[in-house]
Amino acid sequence: MLTYIVRRVLYAIPILIGVNLITFALFFIVNTPEDMARMQLGAKRVTPEAIDKWKAERGYDLPLVWNPTEESLYNKATRTIFVQKSVKLFLFDFGYSEDKRDIANEVKSRMWPSLALAIPVFILGLVVCVTFALLMAFFRATYLDFWGVVLCVAMMSISALFYIIGGQYLFSKVWNLVPISGYAGGLDAAKFMILPVLIGVVGGIGGSSRWYRTLFLEEIGKDYVRAARAKGLAESVVMFRHVLRNALIPILTGVVVVIPLLFLGSLLTESFFGIPGLGSYTIDAIQAQDFAVVRSMVFIGSVFYIVGLILTDISYTLVDPRIRFE
Amino acid sequence: MLPIAQLALTLLLAGCGQVWNDPYPAADRGKNVLYSVFADRPKHLDPAQSYATDESQFTMQIYEPPLQYHYLKRPYELIPGTALEVPQPKVVEKGGAVFSVYEIRIRPGIMFQPHPAFVEGSFDLGKERIEKLVTPYQLPLGTRELTADDYIYQIKRLAHPQLHVPIFGLMSEYILGLKEYAAALKNARKPGEWLDLRQHKLEGVERVDAHTYRVTLKGRYPQFAYWLAMHFFSPMPWEAEKFFAQAGMAEKNFTIDWWPLGTGAFMLTENDPNSRMVLERNPNYRGVPYPSEGEPGDEKAGLLADAGKPMPFIDRAVYTREREAIPLWNKFLQGYYDSSGIGSDNFDQAVRITAEGDAGLTAEMEARGIRMDTSIEPTVFYLGANWLDPVIGGSQGAEAAERARKLRQAIGIAVDWEEYLSVFANGRGVPSHSPLAPGIFGFREGKEGMNPVTHEWQDGKAVRRPIEAARKLLAEAGYPEGRDAKTGQPLVLYLDTTSRGPGDKAFIDWWRKQFAKLSIQFEPRQTDWNRFQEKLRKGSTQLFIVGWRADYPDPENFMFLLNGAQARVKSGGENASNYSNPEYDALFAKMRHMPNSPERQEVIDRMVETFRRDAPWIGGFHRKSFGLYHGWLGNLKPNEMADNKLRYYRIDPAGRAAARQEWNRPIVWPAILIVLAIIAGTIPAIRSYRRRERMAARLAA
Amino acid sequence: MPYLLPSDVLVWLLVAAVAAYGWYCHRYAHLSVPWARVFRSPAAVASAVVLSAYLAIGLLDSLHFRPALPAKPGATEKAYSTEVLSMLDLGLAQLRGRAEKTYSAPLATRSYAKEQVELPGGKQARDFPRLRFGGAQLQDEADWAEDVARRVLAGFAVAALAFAAFAFLIRWLRRRRPEVPWNAALVAVGVLLFLAGPAFALSTHYHMLGTDKVGQDVFYLALKSIRTSLVIGTVTTLVLLPVGIGLGTMAGYFRGWVDDLIQYVYTTLNSIPGVLLIAAAVLMMQVVIERNAEWFSLAAQRADVRLLVLCAILGFTSWTGLARLLRGETLKLSQLEYIQAAHAFGVRDSHILARHILPNVSHIVIIAMVMDFSGLVLAEAVLSYVGVGVDPSTNSFGTMINAARMEMSREPVVWWALATAFTFMLALVLAANLFADAVRDGFDPRVRM
Repeated sequence: MLTYIVRRVLYAIPILIGVNLITFALFFIVNTPEDMARMQLGAKRVTPEAIDKWKAERGYDLPLVWNPTEESLYNKATRTIFVQKSVKLFLFDFGYSEDKRDIANEVKSRMWPSLALAIPVFILGLVVCVTFALLMAFFRATYLDFWGVVLCVAMMSISALFYIIGGQYLFSKVWNLVPISGYAGGLDAAKFMILPVLIGVVGGIGGSSRWYRTLFLEEIGKDYVRAARAKGLAESVVMFRHVLRNALIPILTGVVVVIPLLFLGSLLTESFFGIPGLGSYTIDAIQAQDFAVVRSMVFIGSVFYIVGLILTDISYTLVDPRIRFE
Repeated sequence: MLPIAQLALTLLLAGCGQVWNDPYPAADRGKNVLYSVFADRPKHLDPAQSYATDESQFTMQIYEPPLQYHYLKRPYELIPGTALEVPQPKVVEKGGAVFSVYEIRIRPGIMFQPHPAFVEGSFDLGKERIEKLVTPYQLPLGTRELTADDYIYQIKRLAHPQLHVPIFGLMSEYILGLKEYAAALKNARKPGEWLDLRQHKLEGVERVDAHTYRVTLKGRYPQFAYWLAMHFFSPMPWEAEKFFAQAGMAEKNFTIDWWPLGTGAFMLTENDPNSRMVLERNPNYRGVPYPSEGEPGDEKAGLLADAGKPMPFIDRAVYTREREAIPLWNKFLQGYYDSSGIGSDNFDQAVRITAEGDAGLTAEMEARGIRMDTSIEPTVFYLGANWLDPVIGGSQGAEAAERARKLRQAIGIAVDWEEYLSVFANGRGVPSHSPLAPGIFGFREGKEGMNPVTHEWQDGKAVRRPIEAARKLLAEAGYPEGRDAKTGQPLVLYLDTTSRGPGDKAFIDWWRKQFAKLSIQFEPRQTDWNRFQEKLRKGSTQLFIVGWRADYPDPENFMFLLNGAQARVKSGGENASNYSNPEYDALFAKMRHMPNSPERQEVIDRMVETFRRDAPWIGGFHRKSFGLYHGWLGNLKPNEMADNKLRYYRIDPAGRAAARQEWNRPIVWPAILIVLAIIAGTIPAIRSYRRRERMAARLAA
Repeated sequence: MPYLLPSDVLVWLLVAAVAAYGWYCHRYAHLSVPWARVFRSPAAVASAVVLSAYLAIGLLDSLHFRPALPAKPGATEKAYSTEVLSMLDLGLAQLRGRAEKTYSAPLATRSYAKEQVELPGGKQARDFPRLRFGGAQLQDEADWAEDVARRVLAGFAVAALAFAAFAFLIRWLRRRRPEVPWNAALVAVGVLLFLAGPAFALSTHYHMLGTDKVGQDVFYLALKSIRTSLVIGTVTTLVLLPVGIGLGTMAGYFRGWVDDLIQYVYTTLNSIPGVLLIAAAVLMMQVVIERNAEWFSLAAQRADVRLLVLCAILGFTSWTGLARLLRGETLKLSQLEYIQAAHAFGVRDSHILARHILPNVSHIVIIAMVMDFSGLVLAEAVLSYVGVGVDPSTNSFGTMINAARMEMSREPVVWWALATAFTFMLALVLAANLFADAVRDGFDPRVRM
């Protein structure tokens, strides 16, 4: 088990290098360091000297990936923007954003709003969807099941944009029930979070419930369930004790991968509701061409994804003791 | 089900007589606090580095330059801020060169805001102590008197090797020895160490006594007085720099760039650029009296009611970050923002006009006591023609230049800026007839101010000339009905814009319509901002739209946009259309150093005439700032030059609380209805469940 | 002059490919049986009808041409406009040409905003001005209700005629193919006809769904947006399929380092948050397009290439799911005896992949294709909304929603553009989802997606 985990962690390194390379390539095909400098310095009264100064200060005066001016081969390859900027990242030293704010500090403070949105959406969404799917499976082949599926398909056919726009319009503007946007720390967060969480949950019901329903139905079709029913167990007991428990395995494993991504928050919801989380941080950084931030956020995102994958594998063994890692 | 109903009931009872959608803490209700917004997080709050308009809404409440603009008087008038009087330059000749010397006397007895930098022993706090701080204000606070040295220190900072001072290039041409000073500092700087500027003398700045200093400029530069009213020349105590230079400060974002320190009416006590910034009343503020004179009409408008009373009138100002226009607008309508904040778009970056609701006052809004103030901003947005372009520019030989001139004039008639403003800006702007914005010296009203090339005078107002006139000009230019008279090929014109967002389709469609009037084929080229700037620098554009916001209310700051020496391609200057006409340039050289006088007006008139004939800008507009304010916000008058406005404002918290209460009564029945519908939806399920359970039992039996 | 945009080429190629596939299926029973199963579900038949209506509009909109400019004496060659129109534009010339100044409500005769208008006496007043086109034929606005009712009834009458004709056709079809639930088709066609009839009868003289900010007819915009959605939903799979099938089957079949490499590539791609990857790639391509503006002589061409690039990017970022599925399936298949036998006989790997593996995973491919469609249509709206989607000059639901969102905060609210986008999109995605469900059930109800 331990060797397996070590191997997986080692395997993560080439992936992270790949991610870093892709981010670097995508970013610098679009932008030159000069573009970044101009973006940061504004439009008025910018002199070439100021741009050179800006680049030199942040280490963008080096060539991108290959430095022909250096003597040794080692320096040719390492005295470059790519290497200089990447090495620290792997030591989890994110440095400063281009407007000179500490990125680690920023991530720390923006993490909470993101989590305050993501965790309730995740848990409530799971509970609601599983309940709904279970009900549909319980009433399988009746008109309730049929209309449940129709409702699911209809709900998943509505763009997330409409849920947000419609929800904000009705609940905040017309009915004055919750603040339209904003965020506050502590308990005050609740009133800001009700609507985004509600929308997040409702928006996810369609797709997830339908998918869970098929999982349940698959489980119901299995012999042991039939045997349990034949034993004379009440339908509800069968559903809860056998079907739900066993179908939870694929549900949970499918869901574990998503947990780390919650960390990055929902880009759309955060920007609509003015929640100062990590998602809106990343979007801002892309707009401001702040490479340091974009790179760090992508890096964090992939680290968490990989952690999620490992957790999934481990959770397999926990729920199904037959699986062993060699 | 029962618990849900119970919950609904309790919510309903709790909700009676209360607002639910208040985005602020309940403890702040009814306090003397102003609520406002900011859209983009400020990049710099350091007075030497900041340059954007939306940063000065913070910096200018904190920093006090020697001069300021009068709040009420129009045209804009410079008055002393911390100085005793507006300095008059003394012209000296030395060794054949001309110098102007400004002697600035500071009012004694002005104190800095409370700040830990003024407390002994706070220069070696140690990393652990700094690590625990949330704001620097948790440390013991001290203060001291403002002296001339603080102003001198800041002027020296303009040449600091680690700061990006946007006006360094400009100022080093004027302030004696500033360029050399920057070079000297670069050599003196040791990495990782605080650079004490007091140790290095700057030639052009001289300390006379504790409250007087002199600035020596090369040559004449009458516009320098306007710069003295900007934050670049506000005081900076050396203690602040030394305090924030301690190890461990930068990691906590404790820098002078994020935690300003000044003498102004307010101090920044909460700094979270992601969501909110809070300005609090500076307890050491000297209480400058509210102005007692203004424009005619100000008295009647109630703007002089507070005359002579010590400012500021509010205790706190909370700025919330609002990235989207819609929540902003809705919160304003609900009474959670005191002003709508329209008009603080990021000007210098792009022409970006959004339609934040219908800006005209509807009857409903009037009933709510919302007031509207408009004022024309010292800006100009224009459709520029690249002077270097073979088709539309004017630098390709006399015959081609003449054709291109007629073409530009024809387009100038066809592009209906009046319609543009009504469609895209809700009428928030006036079409421009000259480079000068209204309110700037040299601008002419009425018939004389009309551009006779594009407009004609009808019934006392300027009306766009009929499209036939444009068609005629187009034919004279050699493109009858939009086709080249020689080859028969259609004329295709390209417009470079940065408008490429999903909402810009309407914008492009509108431009296509304008060129279609002349049967000219139109091709938009949408690029991102960087590419757009690059094209301008290389001169590879044809038509483009850019804007300019003046730094100070002087015609020089507009007319230089067309000065040949400032051409973007040639010298990287602000003349984006690369217009160059020796006649215009000569007049400009003469005009820039003249005091405002009838003679100067005459020179400007001649320049404007040349501009209209050559039409390097094919029309444009001056933006109107459009502020909507709630009735409880007093002493409000739009002022496009002064940024230190917060201290003048007055708030009626009781009126605001009552209005919020009335406007935000929660409507609960739809929510209850939704809950009931869900409950109703479960009824058939329950019935079905019962049936099934019974059935199962029977089968089992 | 007919003018082929790059996406037109791809769209018609796709049509040809689908036709060829249909003919191929028709010949082989093992392929036609699942399809026959699909068309036994009433929901599938009804949604197929709706989808074909959308498809017809999209295809009409994929026949482009550049209108000729009026001939000039002395001109040596014919000159063409820089505007590229489609057959749909030609058919809807009525809607396209009649732009108002700004907003007007559905079926309105007057503008939505008050303006300074000149009264007959020469006095000025603020009032709602009459629209230039909407209801312009009315002498007296009091006749409005009667006129609208008359047009709706006329539309219904035409629809009823068409419906009767169709019902007749169905009777004939029912006799040939009794197993297909033709009634569902009849109902779907009926609903469509009874909506379309009045819609077209009204839209000749009114703005049936109102106008947008610059006065364009919203109904027209919605119809034009259909093509964008369809192109995104279909062309993307053109990119996605070869990559996904190729890499997925190869990883499963060869295993070893090939599998490791392919797994590495898709784990890396997957671990970058999707929206960020797409946004970055779109911005990058945009810069490439802008740097090489001379490649494209027309804005329409550039917008079209941008649409295709978006498809390509969506394809390249979403092949991983399909590849993973196919890898697993291929792993299973390659253990089967007959494949092991083929191996033993020394059959070439490429042959085994093409003849034995591919046909056996094709049901997964088909299911993935139809399932992805609705997801892609929704993704386009979100991306365009965020600003990394289609060119702003391209009509799409995303750009419509983006523009409409601003309008929700106006007083009084401008709701029709958003409502139109909502309805048109919901109908399309709902139909696509229902059809996809039926396809999945028809081909392999056990494939989870």
